[in-house]
Formats: sequence, C-alpha cells, structure tokens
Amino acid sequence: MEAGTVTHPVLRFRRNLSDRVGDRLLRGLSGLAAAVAILAIGGILYEVARLAGPAISHFGLGFVTTNDWNPVSQRFGAAPFLYGTAVTALIALLLAGPLSIAISIYLTELAPRRLRRPVATLVDMLAAIPSVVLGLWGILVLGPFMHDTIEPALKSAFGFLPIFSGEPSAFGYLTAAFVLTIMATPIVTSVVREIFETVPGELKEGAYALGATRSEMVRMVILPYSRTGIVGAVILGLGRAIGEAIAVAQVIGGATGINISLFHTGGTLAAQIAAQFQGTTSALQKASLAYLGLILLVFTVLVNAVARWIVRRGAPREVRMTLTEAEAVP
Amino acid sequence: MSAPAHALLLDRGGLRRRRRFNRLVEAAATAAALLAVAVLLIVVGSVLVKGAGALSLHFLTTPMALFGEPGGGISNAIAGSAIMVALAAAMAIPVGLLVAIYTTEFAPRRFGHAVGFALDVLNGVPTIVTGIFVFGLLVAGRQQSGFAASVALAIVMLPIVARTGQEVLALVPGTLKEAAHALGIARWRTTLRVTVPTAAGGLITGALLAVARVAGETAPLILLSSIFGQGVLTDPRQALASIPIFIFRSSEAPSPEAHTQAWAAALVLIAVVLVLNVIARVLYARSRSKMGAR
Repeated sequence: MEAGTVTHPVLRFRRNLSDRVGDRLLRGLSGLAAAVAILAIGGILYEVARLAGPAISHFGLGFVTTNDWNPVSQRFGAAPFLYGTAVTALIALLLAGPLSIAISIYLTELAPRRLRRPVATLVDMLAAIPSVVLGLWGILVLGPFMHDTIEPALKSAFGFLPIFSGEPSAFGYLTAAFVLTIMATPIVTSVVREIFETVPGELKEGAYALGATRSEMVRMVILPYSRTGIVGAVILGLGRAIGEAIAVAQVIGGATGINISLFHTGGTLAAQIAAQFQGTTSALQKASLAYLGLILLVFTVLVNAVARWIVRRGAPREVRMTLTEAEAVP
Repeated sequence: MSAPAHALLLDRGGLRRRRRFNRLVEAAATAAALLAVAVLLIVVGSVLVKGAGALSLHFLTTPMALFGEPGGGISNAIAGSAIMVALAAAMAIPVGLLVAIYTTEFAPRRFGHAVGFALDVLNGVPTIVTGIFVFGLLVAGRQQSGFAASVALAIVMLPIVARTGQEVLALVPGTLKEAAHALGIARWRTTLRVTVPTAAGGLITGALLAVARVAGETAPLILLSSIFGQGVLTDPRQALASIPIFIFRSSEAPSPEAHTQAWAAALVLIAVVLVLNVIARVLYARSRSKMGAR
C-alpha cells in the first residue's frame, strides 16, 4: 500500500502525519518502558527501605549482629538469618559448583552426540520445577530420607566434627542446602556448559597431541581457559540460592537461633520473611522483616553485579551473552 | 601454564595409572549427569505417583474446603491463578516487548547496555523482596488483592520477556530492515510490520517462559494474596486463591489428606509449567533456525 511513495523522488516530503506521529510515539513509548525498567530497581530499594524505616531507626546497624528474634520482648536481629543464609548457600554452591563442572564435562566431551541435546534439556528442566513443588518434595520425600539415611551416615562417619553432631532431623540447614543445590545446579550448569563449548578445538587437540588423557586435557586446557567464567557462573548461582524463600521456608524448620549442627533447624533471610510476614504481631516486627528484605536485596544486587563484572572482564564474548540469558532462557 | 602442564605429562609416567585416573574422572562426570537427570525423574515421578491418585474431575471443579475440613478441590485456586497470571502477562508482555524494541531499535549503545544491566539486576531481585515492594506500594494500610499479586508477578516477568525479546530482535537480519527502509517505509511501520513479525516465534517463547515461571511463583503471593474468601472469586480487587498458595499451605499442614491434595495440585502445576516450557523450547529452536542463527 505504500508502493505509491516508492517511486516518488523526494521521499522525505511525502512522510505523512501518521508516520511522523508513529515514529515519535513508538520511540517515546518504548523509551518510557526502558526508563521504567531502570527506575524499578530504585523504586524497589526505596520502598523496601521505607518499610524498614522504623526498624532501622530503632535498631540501627546493630540489627545485623543481634542474635535474637523475639516478638514478645520486641528484640529483633538479623544474625541468625545471615548465618543460615550463608551456611545453606555455601553448602549448596560447594555441591553445585563441582557437580555443574562435571555435568558440563560430560555434556561437552563425553556424551554421545545423540544424547547431548536431550540430557542438556533434562538438566535445564530441573530449573523449571516451581520452588513450592520442590519444597513439597523436600518436606515429604527428601526430609525423611535425610533423617533416616544421609544424616545418620554423616554422623557415624564425621560425628567428631561439631557440624555433624546432634540428632538427625528431617528439617534443617542441611536439607535446605540440598534443595538449594537442586535449584542452583541447572543454572550454573547452563552457563558453564556454554563456556566449555567456546574452548578452541586447537587447544584441546594440542593437549591430546602431547599425549594427554582426556582428564589431563580437561585439567590443562578446559579448566584454565574457563576459570573466570566458572567463577561468574557460581556467583550467579549464589544469587539464586540466597534469594530463594519458599522452598527453604518449607524445609529449614523455622528456628530463630544460630546452631553449629547442620542437622539443626534454622532460618534464612528470605525464608524468615516468607514465614512471618503475614503473622506479625507488631509494626516493629513487620519493619524488622522489611529490614531483612533490605539486607537481602542489597546482597543479591551486589552478587549479581559482581558476577557480571567478573565475566565481562575475563570471558569470551559469547559467554557474556550466555550469562545474561542463563536465567531468562532456561 | 604450558611448562607445568608439560612436566605433568612427562613426570606422571605410568600410563596405566594415568589411564585409570582418566577412567575415574570420566565415570564421575557421567555419574554427575546421571544424578541430575535422576533427581528430575525422582521429583517429577514423586509428584506423578502421589498426585495422580487424588486427581479427579471433582478435585478440579470443587472449591477448597473450609480450613480443617476434609475434601474440597482447587477450582477457586485454578481460577485465581489464571486471573492473576493473565493480568500479569497483560502488563509485562507489552512493556517487556517495548523495552526490547527500544534497546534494539532506538537506544544509543551506552544506554542500551544500561537497560540490559538493569534488567539483569531486576531478574536477580529475590521474588520475596518484590513482594515486599508491592506490599508497601499497594497493600500496606489497605487489604490484599489479586491485582497487587499480579503487579508483583508482572515485575518478575518483565526482565524475562525483555531479555529474550532483545535477543531475538537482534537476530532479525539487517537486510530485511534495510529493504523496508529503502522502500521508504517509516521506521515504526518497519519495526511493527517487519521486525516484530519476523521475530514472533522467539518473542512468544519469551512470553511463554515468563508465564511458566510466574505460574509457580509463591513468595509474593503470600504477602499479597493469601487471605481470601470462600468459593470461586474472580474480582481482582479482592485477594484471590492460587495453586502455589494451596500447595504451600497443604504441604505445611500435618494431615496426610492435606499432603495428598498438595501432591495432586503440584501435579496440575507441574504439568502446566513443563508443557509451557516444552512448547517454548520448540518455538525457540524453530525461530532461531528460521533466522539462520547457529
């Protein structure tokens, strides 16, 4: 229908009103949407800080180191939940990191070509399981298994360590850490796998030509080449593990103290908010939960920024793309 | 790196020992992949086995029973979830698409990067914190509502829609756009009639993935739409029931009947989520190959 304008010598002057308005409108609207996306971060930070205001002015920075959460005496602190978050996320990544590297080695070096796609897709699908379903499974299947099998085995083998002392229990730090491992592994794997795929074939062939076995090639070529990207991928998984609220709230047991034993019940920042926000008995308690949320938000934003910065510095270009896609396109 | 690596090969000697170690590493890598697939099968299998028994037409078409009473179903939860997810999609998909159009078609390079970074950070914000944000914005001092929940879900969806949108729009061959420009077609028409339709498959993928992601989202709903009335409610100005909240509540209840119901609801949810994911993947692969990428 615009064919008529094509033959006209001076196209610029034929631009009709609808085109002039349309161009401006689309540019303006889409620019507005982009601005909203940027402003949203600031808005979230502002609003959460505003809700936390009463707790911030009441407890100050001492909130972070206070090891107490008592609605009766109105004393609230973040220490038990910072501890729980750190312990569960750390264990999850100690497990998910090596697992992801091993899975990626299988997918890029070992698996028969026909199997690569399907296995990679199945691993990705693990990330698609809703966290509330994983939590349900954690309560009813994983929890009893931890209580009956895993924790007694750890206790009999390493019971002399304080972290493996105490009574086995279905709910607690370790169960939560296992659930987080299941959630973080597919995310870390999808990034690590793509990094491994960018390792130049010449380098691998060079290692083989020197007489290296496959495991020596992985150690000499793939791991050094991908080191930066792997660190970025693991930190990205850390961001996810820190922020998970529901599945952790379901399996960690909801205790509000610090316990050295990993079998013991505990709490994390995110899980504590999910567990208590609806049932607060005072405005100060609600504000304290928002304060936990503010700490959580600052942590996750920092962790995500650092992960992207690391990868931007050291990884090949394609991997930088992958990292931003990893969560968007599982 | 090269000197120690070289030494490694020479000094390690004992070919048999090296081969054995190699086989050990290969077995470990294979076992790790098997473990991941096994966990998926165990989780999905548990849901299937334990949920299938309780799943019935009655369960799908009856609203939840009063608290503490046996029986009941999830019809009000299905209705509530559908309404909240649809509202969220209606907000997040157009905005996300516009963000993607802006960064690929109009934005100066620098600003485009800034928007991409903001989307990544937004994607990393824990959903429970998004819930607190919307609580302060729409619920504090008032009451919970399905609308508030859908705003939170829309915030979760936005970066997913926008990020996949950016990626597929960038794949549209420049020659197509240049052809349109050469025909004297205005930029907005080119964008809406050439670029977007060419990338349609990938754009739908992003939208489906985002819907799949928020269909199971629970954390913000606890803060924003968890205290709801009896029966099937459809007015988003009130708090609405939802499948994730139903699973969450039932999973924390002590009775085995409640657990069976939780498994059945989980089966419904997981079926929806996995089907959406599979469709999205197929569309994505087709759209990429259509545009000649990889």
